[in-house]
Amino acid sequence: MNAPTYNFAYLDEQTKRMIRRAILKAIAIPGYQVPFASREMPMPYGWGTGGVQVTAAILGPDDVLKVIDQGSDDTTNAISIRKFFGKTAGVATTTSTTDATVIQTRHRIPEASLHAGQVLVYQVPIPEPLRFLEPRETETRRMHALAEYGLMHVKLYEDIARFGHIATAYAYPVKVNARYVMDPSPTPKFDNPKMDNCAALQLFGAGREKRIYAIPPYTTVVSLDFEDHPFTRYRFNAPCALCGADDSYLDEIVTDDKGGRMFVCSDTDFCEQRQAAGHHGTESAAPHKEKAHV
Amino acid sequence: MYVAVKGGERAIENAHRLLAHERRGDRDVPEVTLAQISGQLALGVDRVMTEGSLYDRELAALAIKQARGDMIEAIFLVRAFRATLPRLGATEPVNTGEMQVRRRISSTFKDVPGGQILGPTFDYTHRLLDPQLAEGFVPEQPETAEASQAATPRVTDILGRDGLIESSPQADSDAPVGDLTREPLSFPADRDLRLQNLARGDEGFLLALGYSTQRGYGRNHPFAGEIRFGEVEVELFAEDVGFAVPLGSIELTECQMVNQFKGSTTEAPCFTRGYGLAFGQSERKTMSMALVDRALRAGELGEEVGAPAQDEEFVMSHSDNVQSTGFVEHLKLPHYVDFQSELGLLRKLRQEFAEANQAVELQEAAE
Repeated sequence: MNAPTYNFAYLDEQTKRMIRRAILKAIAIPGYQVPFASREMPMPYGWGTGGVQVTAAILGPDDVLKVIDQGSDDTTNAISIRKFFGKTAGVATTTSTTDATVIQTRHRIPEASLHAGQVLVYQVPIPEPLRFLEPRETETRRMHALAEYGLMHVKLYEDIARFGHIATAYAYPVKVNARYVMDPSPTPKFDNPKMDNCAALQLFGAGREKRIYAIPPYTTVVSLDFEDHPFTRYRFNAPCALCGADDSYLDEIVTDDKGGRMFVCSDTDFCEQRQAAGHHGTESAAPHKEKAHV
Repeated sequence: MYVAVKGGERAIENAHRLLAHERRGDRDVPEVTLAQISGQLALGVDRVMTEGSLYDRELAALAIKQARGDMIEAIFLVRAFRATLPRLGATEPVNTGEMQVRRRISSTFKDVPGGQILGPTFDYTHRLLDPQLAEGFVPEQPETAEASQAATPRVTDILGRDGLIESSPQADSDAPVGDLTREPLSFPADRDLRLQNLARGDEGFLLALGYSTQRGYGRNHPFAGEIRFGEVEVELFAEDVGFAVPLGSIELTECQMVNQFKGSTTEAPCFTRGYGLAFGQSERKTMSMALVDRALRAGELGEEVGAPAQDEEFVMSHSDNVQSTGFVEHLKLPHYVDFQSELGLLRKLRQEFAEANQAVELQEAAE
């Protein structure tokens, strides 16, 4: 039997080169979705294979890797991916946002601001922001080529007409470098402003859909909106029950079956750092209300 | 006091230990061997090799064992391994006309040169559960005879001699064959990529699509021109020696569907082709593949395109069961961040709805 042997960070060098070329192209055209020959990875499609391939292609032996899912280092899939690279690349891993050189994430952008030299790798399920308006790839590629984004604005307008405001809470579309409309992956729109003028390089990998896109450092990223309905982000109207933070994105924890709730930071590293610095929260049940956060 | 969830790492390890235990089943019962899987569950192995795109019976058997008999999981295991293998080159096209045939049937002619050969088949068996098979059954030795030296030309080639069927487009032998595992797919796709996609595609998905064409969603009136199963030689052109070197032989099933075509102003009416090919004995798969291949040629043949099976982007984007199962099953992953942002929005919308209704009621009460 052919006993399998694997290269540093799992992927063979030819594949890494192919992915790096796609990444370079993506950086050169911010927000443009570059097709790449995504490989079958040893974890299922939809479980971060795009992010894993991007990370595998950029990881060097000296890198320090952090992996989060829903903002947490301890969610099962984050652990699984961190262990994968620990095993196949032998790189140092961390839970600290500041210490990491590469951060792979699913559904969140860390609260702590990123610094120059860091790379944030997003796992992307559906890279095409126009997909649910137009299912055909042949059509959406043409729409991007012509910067024909009217359909998206009509969708946002219809939201306002029907609900009074834009009814998109996550994967809120952005325009990158005043050219391409881009899907930020299913992060809550609370995180959208963090993408704008960010010091770190942001790379997006969609394995199943075979697309890579990027936001180079210090690039303008604008959340789509209207003059009379400006983009607003929301968070639960409560401080974190553990660290008292009133500016972080919160998870709602159901504590009993009698309506008991509490709210804690979704970014576990951020929360732990604050607790270590002596901040405390109170475990009062907060109202289930969101408020605008500026 | 609430403490943030920790300890996922141990939970994962324990879950995998439990899985290994469950996979072994009752430890008093002997373990199944790869030879048993390969020999006695051979059609399952054939499917895993076909959809896993890797001709290796032993690895496919291992994958089935590791996957506890879950075929899609086994296909996924083989694919993930295949993705790491280097590409040494592309073989010469195999000549199925020279196949060492073990089974070969045509539904379009009563008899054909080389004969109809039933071979090992479920066809015409009565599907009665056989209690004898439960244990210790020793089947009779099969009948044997000298292998026939008669050629078994492909039925479509016989039709082709009279020009009754469109000629099979001959690929430029110098042009590289597309490989969607190495280059990202774009639409419209050429037929080589379409056939590769279908060959790797999920048997159940193709079966349903093929069936839908028979029931009128993109009908193309098929006949099973020929289905053949047997061994073919695989050869690789070696640059150093300047000729094709045999690598060995593989088992293949090939299905050539013969379909109606009305003709056009420029072309005389003739039969058209749908093609299916798979590793091992995979008849249902190759027949379904051939139906869908033909349906996807609707545009090229100037037919009206409207049915799902005729829609290239729809078929090719959803045929891969490793992709499909990954994305469907990823719903098991935590989604609480986006769920809660949705929850926040929903509560807000409901509150606004309630306030608006209250205002209307107050107004009505006042009137």
